[in-house]
Amino acid sequence: MEMWFSELHTNNVKLSMRVEKQLFSGKSDCQRIDVLETAEFGKILALDGEILFSGKDEFIYDEMVTHVPMAVHPCVKSVLIIGGGDGGVATELTRYDTIEKIDVVEPDEMLVEVCRKHFTELSAGLSDSRVNVYVQDGLRFLRSKCNEYDLIINDATDPFGYTEGLFTKEFYGNCFKALKEDGIMVYQHGSPFYDEDMAECMKMHRKAYRSFPVSRVYQAHIPTCPSGYWLFGFASKKYHPIKDLRAREWKKLGIETRYYTTNLHKGAFMLPKYVENMLEEEEK
Amino acid sequence: MTNQRRAPIYEALEKLRKQRVVPFDVPGHKRGRGNPELVELLGEKCVGIDVNSMKPLDNLCHPVSVIRDAEDMAAAAFHAEHAFLMVGGTTSAVQSMILSVCKRKDKIILPRNVHKSAINALVLCGAVPVYVNPEVNSQLGISLGMEVSCVEQAIIENPDAVAVLVNNPTYYGICSDLRSIVRVAHEHGMKVLVDEAHGTHLYFQPQLPVSGMEAGADMAAVSMHKSGGSLTQSSILLTNKGVNADYVRQIINLTQTTSGSYLLLSSLDISRRNLALRGEESFAQVMKMAEYARKEINEIGGFYAYGKELVNGTSVFDYDVTKLSVYTLGMGLAGIEVYDLLRDEYDIQIEFGDMSNILAYISIGDRLQDIERLVGALADIARLYKKDSTGMLTGEFISPKVVSSPQEAFYAEKKSLPIKDTKNMISGEFVMCYPPGIPILAPGEMITEEIIEYIIYAREKGCSMQGTQDPEVRNLMVLV
Repeated sequence: MEMWFSELHTNNVKLSMRVEKQLFSGKSDCQRIDVLETAEFGKILALDGEILFSGKDEFIYDEMVTHVPMAVHPCVKSVLIIGGGDGGVATELTRYDTIEKIDVVEPDEMLVEVCRKHFTELSAGLSDSRVNVYVQDGLRFLRSKCNEYDLIINDATDPFGYTEGLFTKEFYGNCFKALKEDGIMVYQHGSPFYDEDMAECMKMHRKAYRSFPVSRVYQAHIPTCPSGYWLFGFASKKYHPIKDLRAREWKKLGIETRYYTTNLHKGAFMLPKYVENMLEEEEK
Repeated sequence: MTNQRRAPIYEALEKLRKQRVVPFDVPGHKRGRGNPELVELLGEKCVGIDVNSMKPLDNLCHPVSVIRDAEDMAAAAFHAEHAFLMVGGTTSAVQSMILSVCKRKDKIILPRNVHKSAINALVLCGAVPVYVNPEVNSQLGISLGMEVSCVEQAIIENPDAVAVLVNNPTYYGICSDLRSIVRVAHEHGMKVLVDEAHGTHLYFQPQLPVSGMEAGADMAAVSMHKSGGSLTQSSILLTNKGVNADYVRQIINLTQTTSGSYLLLSSLDISRRNLALRGEESFAQVMKMAEYARKEINEIGGFYAYGKELVNGTSVFDYDVTKLSVYTLGMGLAGIEVYDLLRDEYDIQIEFGDMSNILAYISIGDRLQDIERLVGALADIARLYKKDSTGMLTGEFISPKVVSSPQEAFYAEKKSLPIKDTKNMISGEFVMCYPPGIPILAPGEMITEEIIEYIIYAREKGCSMQGTQDPEVRNLMVLV
């Protein structure tokens, strides 16, 4: 039997993968959730038909949003993850002993349950005693927070779907307010390759650039993302992602990684010319 | 409710589509084939039902079959004696109400904070307005409802008036004591016309203020395309017992197109069905969302999202809680400034901003996550743009001095003068901010210093002004 899952990356391009079996399909108040066992990418989780992560490449993403800010900020104690219902980022963060509190805000309770069941290793961090899961809208949660977090990670990936509110000026503004005076925000910056994605990328940079004193973009290669190429945003009130990199201190922690290194950290901020041009356009 | 599950116009269109009739009639795009770019924009389904009146589809000017059935169902859904499907916006419904009861020189009692469509009807028919000046909430700068005692006084002073027109509710959600106004007017043999451009939902949610038909009014103009969910420009005119519906149809036909759009008509049909079947539940949800937004906005501090606490038994007899009006002057920002910030900086389009308030329209199409965006944006505006509010004007109501009837003034000999030189002259045209479209000046009214100042201030704050011949609204046409 042939069974294939396809995701449209644009109206004219799709990524297809062979499916071994469907493990879960359900509809929450927010979205449709599917868990599929694939031949090449292992278990994947799709929201409204779009891959949130695959077992094979999620480590790239989780490491890149976690270790990049953690190797810059000298003392992260309190972290907020917006939309981190799968638990991947929280799990990665629990490897740092200095962190005292990790708040995960996820509006979709079903997503949390599905990940706890089907991605036990990935979501293990959600059970850590420092982690608090809040089933709530991210914007709403942020509204009352002021000067509270050292690091905010916006784990939402889709600027067009259910999480569009997490790619807006009001979101960046509310994050700024919720961060301490030397706080850092890391967020999904989308893929810059296809036209429609690129337009969204530019808008995002414009908003972050105008909301934070320091706003840089870095990259990673993630095969299941549109065009396999993905950007992240590093917005900060004080620290520069390269000038303030504490490579030696970070290495001393002895955290084992598969993608991130402090050398890669520096390289990740060196962007292709067309991406640089695109970002500079928004900094004018 | 009997048989509200059917949608006769929609069903007739579906049937026609399946018959694959070859069109040798208008419209000339022939189901879109002659205009591929239009099909690209609107879609095949949409252009496919853009058809002309024909036997199986009835005729809006003289309905005998499916449109008649759809109107009967609408009448039942709104508890009216008769319903007319309208394709010229609620403007045409308001004007048809007035033209149905007023003739030249007849007096009509109305609040001055009416929509321009009502005064336009007076220009058309030559009736004379008797204004009941609404009380103003001076903090918020909004006009309130008509007090029963003021209406009664106007009725006693003008026993020859033929009708009373009431906004139910106002743009901001304020309701007058409609039942008492109907009682007093009927005791004096006057008709009651209700402008329900912002009140479709009142018919479908028992917890909301009373609707025109339920209060016993004679006619009501109901803007289905606002809270009712139908396409822009579609509307419904309702009549109650004792109104000659056949005469009203003749009045409507004086100005209505003979090529009524089936897109609009079918959207009214489907929306009526939807409201009748699911309206109560949907609007309960809307009320909940609006109340939630109000609570959250008031917690930000500096903004004031007002609600039922305004109710005082007279000038605010009731409040429509689906409206989300927010007072912004506490932030040192004019409503119109917040309106512009929301659109330009936050990609949020709200209904309007005036001198001191904004109105966000909450409807059956909203989701809680969008409400969070609006509240989040207001919180961010509070953080970034808060200013000192001294020296800012509220949109206070300036009570007009009517010197001649709107029709006489409109057709009189006029000249154009710079606004600042028009003090103590009589205006020959309208000046208004749009939205909300409530005239600051109407034809036949005296131009005072206060009004000149207000117009100039509104223009400077960025209100979209209209009504004058001069597109820049720098000059005014005044009576010679």
